[in-house]
Amino acid sequence: MTYGIRLKVWGAHACFTRPEMKVERVSYDVMTPSAARGILEAIHWKPAIRWVIDEIHVLEPVRFQSIRRNEVGHKAPAGKIRSAMKRGDLGGLQLRVDEDRQQRAATVLVRPAYMIAAHFELTDKAGPDDTEGKHLDIFNRRAARGQCFHQPCLGTREFAAHFEPVPPDATPPEPEEKSADLGFGAPRDLGFMLWDIDHQAESRPSLFFRATLDNGVVRVPPPGSPEIRR
Amino acid sequence: MTTIANRYDFALIFEVTNGNPNGDPDAGNLPRLDPETNKGLVTDVSLKRKIRNYVDLARHGQDGYHIYVEEGAILNEKHRQAYKALHPDDAKLDKAPKLNPRDDAEAHDLKAFMCANFFDVRTFGAVMSTGINCGQVKGPVQMSFATSVEPIMPLEISITRMAATNEAEKKQKAEGDDSSDRTDNRTMGRKHIVPYGLYVAHGFISAKFAAQTGFSEADLELLFEALATMFEHDRSAARGEMASRKLIVFRHDNPLGNAPAHTLFERVRIGRAIDGEFRAIDDRGIGNAPPARKFSDYRIEIDRDNLPAGIEIIEKL
Repeated sequence: MTYGIRLKVWGAHACFTRPEMKVERVSYDVMTPSAARGILEAIHWKPAIRWVIDEIHVLEPVRFQSIRRNEVGHKAPAGKIRSAMKRGDLGGLQLRVDEDRQQRAATVLVRPAYMIAAHFELTDKAGPDDTEGKHLDIFNRRAARGQCFHQPCLGTREFAAHFEPVPPDATPPEPEEKSADLGFGAPRDLGFMLWDIDHQAESRPSLFFRATLDNGVVRVPPPGSPEIRR
Repeated sequence: MTTIANRYDFALIFEVTNGNPNGDPDAGNLPRLDPETNKGLVTDVSLKRKIRNYVDLARHGQDGYHIYVEEGAILNEKHRQAYKALHPDDAKLDKAPKLNPRDDAEAHDLKAFMCANFFDVRTFGAVMSTGINCGQVKGPVQMSFATSVEPIMPLEISITRMAATNEAEKKQKAEGDDSSDRTDNRTMGRKHIVPYGLYVAHGFISAKFAAQTGFSEADLELLFEALATMFEHDRSAARGEMASRKLIVFRHDNPLGNAPAHTLFERVRIGRAIDGEFRAIDDRGIGNAPPARKFSDYRIEIDRDNLPAGIEIIEKL
């Protein structure tokens, strides 16, 4: 059993898109475990370890805002790129934005702040010199210095996440307003929420769990627990 | 081409005078506002569009500087640039024409080809798919929304045009009122402007992602050049006068960085210049000061004390 880590993350906006509403994106009320995992992996990750999110503490009230932007409707077709490579010529490879423009609104979170509590497990790719202490030290050192592989983000890359570690002996930060929508007084049911995506799966890779916000904390079931549904 | 070996964080400070820096499609093209604070917003994609346009102007047709996500007409097909073949001993041509899209090597080659030829793919990334997802390129440069320093006050300017759009409209107007000839064909229109706004955008450049896409030192210089001068080539009736005023780059010695980005951005302090003195934006004592209408009404201070080891501040502007 490794010691867990605690990381405070915050930013100006966030968008943890609900899979059922991803054309006109609507964010979940709180950060998903898979987004939290992505933030930790942006700071430190190796194939030898797997991050497991234990808890997500919500430190700010849940507030939404709508932002509409011009977006491009389609992706880069790999087939066209391949034929251009073969032809040795770039003609016709450009993407014309004004031919396939879509205006989409995104309902995003405003000024979110969270504390992620997590630990990691060693995977079967771990070599003999991959000790848990080593990876824990690397993560803590990087988080304390503000180092990262790439700047982590809150759901999408335009919403950069700032981060700082919460030392093990420090009392965890608490929300200023202990309001009912953060589950103070009575637990608030957030419904089914994405737990993570199983990239090994042949089909139906999304995994969900029933999230409740209890005194500002979402407890995340561990991998393999019966609470996680496909 | 050596890829960059340092992490960078940058703050771009730009201004708009009597123009609309970024219209909101949801609000009839009013300048974007944060409804809670009334501060103006400029989206990341708006700034990226300007960077792409500038690079296309500055490096048009040069190998390796093509722009993938183009605006408007694709310029003369005859001027197509033949690129230098990635693999002179191209083994792929000997293979069967149908290639397995799940082939990692193939996907890797496609990515490498796109990154080598297109500046914007190398810088911002792109999503590539063949129906079966062939992965995506994450670019090293990440930008956030630009926010104005103080709340902005958008104005609606009504304008008139001395012409009608079509015959029907002209007739309608003629029947509608019996005023002078001068107003016969007049059409009313609207412009939204921000009298003055100073905006700050934050950006992040990851050395590790740069290594994956081949984003080089030369590309970095071009990006900074674009950030500093892109508004000079983006003049239009709607924009008013926009200009980059300051580009403050924090260079980390270490590819992973030497300090948290937010602590660096906090070193850039923007306040009002009242009687030649620096006054914080939220200073209640400046409530009676007239609204800022020019860059000299603001003062930018960079805190250079006790810089974390390995951080260098470069003022590009």
